[in-house]
Amino acid sequence: MTINQLPVIIPVSLLLFTFITFLLGVWRKNLAFPSALTGVTISLLASIFGLITVLQSGPIHYYLGGWAPPLGIEYVLDDLSAFMAVIILSIAFLSMIYSRQSFLKEVPDKIVPLYSLLLLLIAGLSGIVVTGDLFNVYVFLEIASLSAYAVTGIGNDKAPVAVIRYIIIGTIGACFYLLGVGFIYFATGSLNMADVAHLLPGLSESRLIVVAAVFIVIGMALKMALFPFHIWLPDVYTYAPSGVITFVAPLMTKVGAYVVIRMLISVFMPDYLAGTLPIMTVVSWLAAVGIIAGSIMAIAQKDMRRMLAYSSVAQICYVALGIGLANPIGLIGAMLHILNHAVMKGCLFQVAGGIRYSTGLWHIPRFAGLGRRMPWTMGAFAVAAISMVGIPPAAGFFSKWYLVLGSVDAGNWIFVAIILISSLLNAIYFFRILEKVYASPQVDDPAINTAVDPPRSMLAPMMTLAISIIVLGIINAVIVTNILQPIVKAIS
Amino acid sequence: MGIWGMFVKRNLMKKLIGMTIFQVAIILLFISSAVKFGGTIPTFDPSIGATDPTLYVNPLPHVLMLTAIVVMVATSGVALAILLIIYRRYHTLDEQEIIKRMRE
Repeated sequence: MTINQLPVIIPVSLLLFTFITFLLGVWRKNLAFPSALTGVTISLLASIFGLITVLQSGPIHYYLGGWAPPLGIEYVLDDLSAFMAVIILSIAFLSMIYSRQSFLKEVPDKIVPLYSLLLLLIAGLSGIVVTGDLFNVYVFLEIASLSAYAVTGIGNDKAPVAVIRYIIIGTIGACFYLLGVGFIYFATGSLNMADVAHLLPGLSESRLIVVAAVFIVIGMALKMALFPFHIWLPDVYTYAPSGVITFVAPLMTKVGAYVVIRMLISVFMPDYLAGTLPIMTVVSWLAAVGIIAGSIMAIAQKDMRRMLAYSSVAQICYVALGIGLANPIGLIGAMLHILNHAVMKGCLFQVAGGIRYSTGLWHIPRFAGLGRRMPWTMGAFAVAAISMVGIPPAAGFFSKWYLVLGSVDAGNWIFVAIILISSLLNAIYFFRILEKVYASPQVDDPAINTAVDPPRSMLAPMMTLAISIIVLGIINAVIVTNILQPIVKAIS
Repeated sequence: MGIWGMFVKRNLMKKLIGMTIFQVAIILLFISSAVKFGGTIPTFDPSIGATDPTLYVNPLPHVLMLTAIVVMVATSGVALAILLIIYRRYHTLDEQEIIKRMRE
């Protein structure tokens, strides 16, 4: 194995284990989980190794089948993609450990296909990140989306209805992206990202390219559930099995954001998009409205999953706001927030799943007294909630800080105000739960009285995420200077 | 027309048909970009030679669309499977009707 093959090992080992898991699972049901975990672990190690190598010696290129670009398909592992790959795979790894008990309890008879599909989902997500080919992104996007439709469709009676809406909107998004890629191909005759970026400056007046950029951004806005395209998201997150949601919620929408960042940095140049087109301004204003709307909707919810789903809508809008600002500090904020939000939301949905596992409850008003019954779970929840609100030692503060700096840099004081107001709104809906959980007197509720912390295999990933929230907050300066600043340096 | 179908129709099956029309249209758009007048199939033909690319139709969009067709088939497959589950559960495919029954 040579270093050059690292980019391709990440998705391919996952694809391979998709089949191995299914075959082993059909033979012996118990083998599905260890096999799936092995696949994720191999990719995780490859991606961590990749990140270290990339930081030391620059991007790694791999040409599939030995065809050099622009003719062949190229896989690239550079700072940004290695960074994203590590996020995706570490969250996937922790969720995989977590999901075992939760699946055994909620959907015991569907474990084998579920694990294969989850591996396929992760393979698709990591494939999007490592590929350097525009059409390949579409293929991996559809691999990830199709398996996401399938895994979220396994759920209670209402899940299929939510998912059919997700399929329709997701497919429109993918089709718009495909149209955009088609127009780029018509204009440049190339599908390789680096090659297109090389050819585009000569064509900057072409209307075809303008249309292509608009289509790609619209397509990705649909995929990442940017306000007002978020209508599919709350239902899907609410009705899917809680083990599945710990995969889908932190990762699926982030990858849409990644594609937009990738397009911005490596294909279209930000000056071009921001200068000739109002599309980025539109994105940032939609995001600003979405932040407020999502937070207000979250306050109105009584179901914990639904509240977290609306909060996701608001949080992805932070990322979109950072992208829409299209200046280096804003982009750093967006990328840092992708990382932080993946960790925070992973933690919160795991806590929600844990509460469900022990008590069978989703309904927030009935949570009174849980703080004493489930100290570890609610401790993790408290840490994640503090980070979501953005109180300094936790990670959430720093990404918001960069977003505020980016807005100031763009001279847009309205965005600064919006970020501050939304932090207050976040505080309202998270502290409401904390107050219920810790301060409310315990009522005599059989579900609460018998509640205990979930088993260790669920608790360990939850605590790991909670601790990493604090750690990420403390070491955020290291991440920013070593990983994120080189990424944006190319454009500034 | 496909998008119109997806947003206006209340029947989920018809929405799905709209989605397929939309996808097929994109595929045709790609294929049409490959056409060169006077071009022939993109396999090496000794009588024409390989020196003049304008004599061959551009094969790349066809290849891409072969992949896109596979994706489309898979999407329709998953969507139809889920429609089947919905129909078995609610005995209708009308969106309003399903939402009404979900609330009960």
